[in-house]
Amino acid sequence: MSLIKVTIDNIEVEVEPGTTILQAARKIGGAVVPPTMCYYSKLKGSGGKCRSCLVKVAQGSAKDPRPMPKLVASCRTAVMDGMVVQNITSPEVMENRRAITEFLLLNHPLDCPVCDQAGECHLQDLSYEHGLAETNTIEDRRTFKPIDIGDKIKLHMNRCILCYRCVMVADQLTDQRVHGVLGRGDHSEISTYIEKAIDNDFSGNMIDVCPVGALTDRTFRFKSRVWFTKPFDAHRDCPKCSGKVVLWKKGDEILRVTGRKDKYGELEEFICNDCRFEHKDNNDWVIEGPRKIERHSVISQNHYEKK
Amino acid sequence: MQTLTNRSKVVSNKKMTFGEWIYLPAIFKGMSITLKHFFKKKATINYPEEQREFSPVYRGQHVLKRDEQGRERCTACGLCAVACPAEAITMLAAERKPGEEHLYREEKYAAKYEINMLRCIFCGDCEEACPKEAIFLTDRIVEAKYQRKPFVYGKDILVEPVDADKRIDVTKRQTQNVLKFKQNKRFAHNR
Repeated sequence: MSLIKVTIDNIEVEVEPGTTILQAARKIGGAVVPPTMCYYSKLKGSGGKCRSCLVKVAQGSAKDPRPMPKLVASCRTAVMDGMVVQNITSPEVMENRRAITEFLLLNHPLDCPVCDQAGECHLQDLSYEHGLAETNTIEDRRTFKPIDIGDKIKLHMNRCILCYRCVMVADQLTDQRVHGVLGRGDHSEISTYIEKAIDNDFSGNMIDVCPVGALTDRTFRFKSRVWFTKPFDAHRDCPKCSGKVVLWKKGDEILRVTGRKDKYGELEEFICNDCRFEHKDNNDWVIEGPRKIERHSVISQNHYEKK
Repeated sequence: MQTLTNRSKVVSNKKMTFGEWIYLPAIFKGMSITLKHFFKKKATINYPEEQREFSPVYRGQHVLKRDEQGRERCTACGLCAVACPAEAITMLAAERKPGEEHLYREEKYAAKYEINMLRCIFCGDCEEACPKEAIFLTDRIVEAKYQRKPFVYGKDILVEPVDADKRIDVTKRQTQNVLKFKQNKRFAHNR
């Protein structure tokens, strides 16, 4: 099939038909890539919920050059030949993104000092980028008590932005989903059947796909801030998964094991709970070397291996 | 030899004159300078008895504040430690247990909080970084000691006492911006 041409922020790129605008933008890379809070390229059916990736389509296609009437979700819109997309070059999109960030923060507590996700949180990056230091609402945020889902995962429903990623992980990676979204609209919440434990071999990946700190590792809970730990690429022979992980070490101690995330914060490979929670000994792992961390990240603080 | 700059002086080993040779004029000149200083204002003070006036924003020994209800404000977020240019601050976080709500403000607290006063350069970056208004530098001077070990100040020294009359006043250090921030109802997370 022939490639089709798309222009995103005045940069032309050739992609296969059926590609989404987001994927085309990622092919270009750099600043034109819209932020994503709910879309996850490895999870089927993800995206379209958070609206943070909305872009403007200035020209629908070469055949029909009319612009699209409203901003479209780039993660769910397929490209057409001759489509002209504006992302950071459109003030309308930027203003909209700022407003969307404010909406995402409506119920999200600013408890970054307490949250274990701080430093690698996508919502933190997003709100930092759009400079939202204050909120326009005086209403109380909705609050829930943190609950334990099993002995390894902690759920802070306060922080959840309802991206459905964790639900999709459970649906697509594990054979039995015991958690889901209850209620509708403002009342929706992630929950399990009366706090039933999630004890599937791959349930730990919910922690990694969560863009915020709603699902966190209980074995790492409050152990250290992420920027005081040093990430190392490591692997082990695992019968269940690829065994390729990142070890987050403080001194000689392994505090946390996560999957390897690419530059869009998506896991390269899902890892099993055995690797994630049970192997915190240096002898279990073959260390490949320090992990490269993006320069702008707070985790690269005092580290020398920079991208 | 050609000189590189015009600042160099050629040293001569000429014979001293009689006045120079007896040294007395030079001695009297020196003594008169010494004598002049007797009548000048002293540069020093008798320290513990007399104390100098401190600037309201003097940066001395740190304090970890408690809130109005006596709960520790610090939540061990680590921003002070990451802001510290001397890497003097270390901490260990712990989770608040049910029933400890009167001790700690948030669900996480600093189980261990240490400042190495020998490393600290009193720059005040920790105070500026703190999102919880927990750490402040005060006008207290860090005491001199004979050993190095006691200079690592733990929570026993840093956290202020619960008693209302023994609290450490830092109101002078809180700038207008901070006070405005605290009063603004729109900052709902601040309540």
